Amino acid sequence: MSIMEHNGGSVIAMAGKDCVAIASDLRLGAGAMTVAMNFEKIFPVSDRIYLGLTGLATDITTLRDRFRYLVNMFTIKESRTIEPSTFAHLVSSTLYSRRFGPYFTEPVIAGLERTPSGGLKPYIAGADLIGCLNFAEDFIVAGTASDKLFGVAEGLWEPNLGPEDLFETISQTLLNSVDRDAYSGWGAIVYVITPEKVITRTLKGRMD
Amino acid sequence: MATADGGAYSYSLTVFSPSGKLVQIEHALAAVSQGTTSLGIKASNGIVIATEKKSSSILIDDSMLEKVAVICPNIGIVYSGMGPDFRILIAKARKSAQAYWKIYGEYPPTRVLTQEIATVMQEATQSGGVRPYGVSLLVAGYDSNRGPTLYQVDPSGSFWAWKASAIGKNMTNAKTFLEKRYNDDISLEDAIHTALLTLKEGFEGQMTEKTIEIGVVTVPTLAELEEGKIGGVTGRVKPTFRKLTEEEVRDYLAL
Repeated sequence: MSIMEHNGGSVIAMAGKDCVAIASDLRLGAGAMTVAMNFEKIFPVSDRIYLGLTGLATDITTLRDRFRYLVNMFTIKESRTIEPSTFAHLVSSTLYSRRFGPYFTEPVIAGLERTPSGGLKPYIAGADLIGCLNFAEDFIVAGTASDKLFGVAEGLWEPNLGPEDLFETISQTLLNSVDRDAYSGWGAIVYVITPEKVITRTLKGRMD
Repeated sequence: MATADGGAYSYSLTVFSPSGKLVQIEHALAAVSQGTTSLGIKASNGIVIATEKKSSSILIDDSMLEKVAVICPNIGIVYSGMGPDFRILIAKARKSAQAYWKIYGEYPPTRVLTQEIATVMQEATQSGGVRPYGVSLLVAGYDSNRGPTLYQVDPSGSFWAWKASAIGKNMTNAKTFLEKRYNDDISLEDAIHTALLTLKEGFEGQMTEKTIEIGVVTVPTLAELEEGKIGGVTGRVKPTFRKLTEEEVRDYLAL
């Protein structure tokens, strides 16, 4: 039994047209036993950046606090908000600093990046447990259902989805994937980040 | 107490004199004002920093002298005061810029790097067994957050942003000169000429491409910024700070 699978859980991020979505299941397990059905794995970093963490629950909590500290320090020291690409590098270097005793998490970053001309561009990225970044134009998956998520997302995702269509796509992808994974499920939470607002919705899945 | 040698308070670095001064820092500033003149001018589309490069003998190979230093692709520094102290600060600044790059995947904003250097200089006013750095710095840089910015750092570790400033010998005269010449919508080309004109005021000897060093910050165009984000052909950031070559300096002097 791998330590990455001990607590279970999955996260997925998708890019749309001028918006991004990130979603996770809500299960916390201890092996095959389910311990909680309200364990959130996605955390706000700024108004337009969200960070999803899969893997070992204790490391998820530790890293959530650590990144909150690091981003707060950055914001105060530089008197500006961090950009998604800068934050992704911060995640990468933080994980690589523990190269030989890693945090057992695979992070997923979703946000809107400020372009030089002043617009906002979708930005999604993922990393492995030692911080190797993976940039994608379409979607990023992580967690115990990642193999299923990959397959369903390949089938359902299409370019230039608006916020509502993107919500539908990411929700269907997540719910149908976690149904085929014993370690993920028990409901889901979805965030759709648009330039104006962040839409948060909690979903019920197969609660069994 | 108030003797020419500084009196009883001039020895310990960290003891205030009754008038509230740290005398060693005052002495460091005196060392700076003996150094050659350096100046910086912020233009509407960039920044120029310039200095005179004096060598004490014609036998010195002045091609090896470097007074305007590149820290990272977007930041450059010029100094007045003690050369060896500057070299140490340059090494620390470059290391700090690379450390920032290793964490965030981008080079530091000008203010962050300036703050870092200022911290190093402040520590030398409060630690045991050291003396303050005998230099003042002009830090010029570009970043997407604040655009082109020009900072001055003093031996005390304090720093301010300037539109135009001068340090070293004749700094008071040079600043008066700059106050008369400066306006908010001066172009970079005009600023370079103003810089040379200001240096000329207190210049001893001949102004040539061998005795003048110039660095410029240019504001990248929107297209360059878009390209810079993805890395372009080399995968490296296009520099926004660069030193002018001897040929370029000669051309500016000829005009």
